[in-house]
Amino acid sequence: MPHDIENHSHSLLPSEPELKVKAIESALVNQGLIDPAALDEIIDTYQNKIGPKNGASIIAKAWIDQDFKDELMSNTMAVLEKYGFYGRQGEHIRVVENTPEVHNIVVCTLCSCYPWPLLGIPPTWYKSDEYRSRVVREPRKCLSEFGVKLPENTNIRVWDSTAEIRYLVLPMLPDAFKGFSEQELVGIVSRDAMIGTGLIGPAK
Amino acid sequence: MTRVHDMGGRYGDGKINPDLGKEDVFKAKWHARALAVTLASGSLKKWNLDMSRHARECLPPKEYATFSYYEKWISALANLLVEKGVINSDKFLDPSVNDHPLSNRKLKAADVSEVLGKGAPTSRKIERAPRFIVGQNVKTKRAENSFISGGHTRLPRYAEKSEGIIEICHGAHVFPDTHAHNLGEQPEHLYTVSFLSSELWQNPENPGDTVCVDIWESYLEPFDD
Repeated sequence: MPHDIENHSHSLLPSEPELKVKAIESALVNQGLIDPAALDEIIDTYQNKIGPKNGASIIAKAWIDQDFKDELMSNTMAVLEKYGFYGRQGEHIRVVENTPEVHNIVVCTLCSCYPWPLLGIPPTWYKSDEYRSRVVREPRKCLSEFGVKLPENTNIRVWDSTAEIRYLVLPMLPDAFKGFSEQELVGIVSRDAMIGTGLIGPAK
Repeated sequence: MTRVHDMGGRYGDGKINPDLGKEDVFKAKWHARALAVTLASGSLKKWNLDMSRHARECLPPKEYATFSYYEKWISALANLLVEKGVINSDKFLDPSVNDHPLSNRKLKAADVSEVLGKGAPTSRKIERAPRFIVGQNVKTKRAENSFISGGHTRLPRYAEKSEGIIEICHGAHVFPDTHAHNLGEQPEHLYTVSFLSSELWQNPENPGDTVCVDIWESYLEPFDD
């Protein structure tokens, strides 16, 4: 049985996306199916409450506290739930650690899967055809477009998020940052480093 | 054969623009509305996550390739609302106010935080033991839904008919190939399988690089050297 949905709704909706959303929202509100106040609440959540600072706080703690790191690596969900970093698109999270031997990069080639409770809504490049199509085949070339160059003998491991498992990269902490406080370290963890398309910059 | 969304490994796409990561979370107000309307509509419980992914994948390739990200979301949402019988297509521009039979499922503002915080875990307990163990050599089958032609599947085409190694056993998870098509959850064991870049690509950048893909048990068969 072939499965192709006919384009039933398109011809009746405005083609301009902004107007299309408005039309859908109005229709759903008129029929009592969505509450505009709930939409505002969802937007506020992802605009202001959930973002890469969540992931950064976990990474910084893992860098300074070996016991916490061991627990995070082996019992990830229990640790994340304890810190309140659980929820939609983060029900099954794995942390993958960068080492001198292996550098990890996360992608979703099939759509845009991403650990929302830790990093928020994915950046536009993460959802782009360019990243999705190329990073599995030519990760080094892609990294160079982010200004990242790895040593020749570091192998790359690309994690394609094809199921409901979400991946967070634990970046390497350069020696120059040893001795920094947890609070200071939170500030140096970039979102891209937790996706694997960035490294932790040199201490200034 | 898969669909237009299955682009891993494809040639022809240009450079990545990392500056696109420095923008606001929502570049335009309507992007935020598109996300919120889509999420809130999920509470009507007329479809699941796999169905909504499949609705995006089913956009005609020409539209998928030219639509912006949230344009894909709302176009797929409109199709789902019609396909699942929530709204008749001629009602989208009808300003009359009705009390829809599903309105008791409407997501309330006060419940948003709880609903988003609860998520929807896909892990399930099943009786059947895993067929594969960590370290075992496996081979993927064809990347195609075996129940429905052109149906939803999560094996990317670049990793089909390829040899890899079981890295992680995740336990059983809801099976998207059936779940997307009203055929039930049919949970199966899920594995992370690693593939050497030289197995996947003619000219790998570095033969020691690997790609890890999360793969359901029925996409795999054992493979002995």
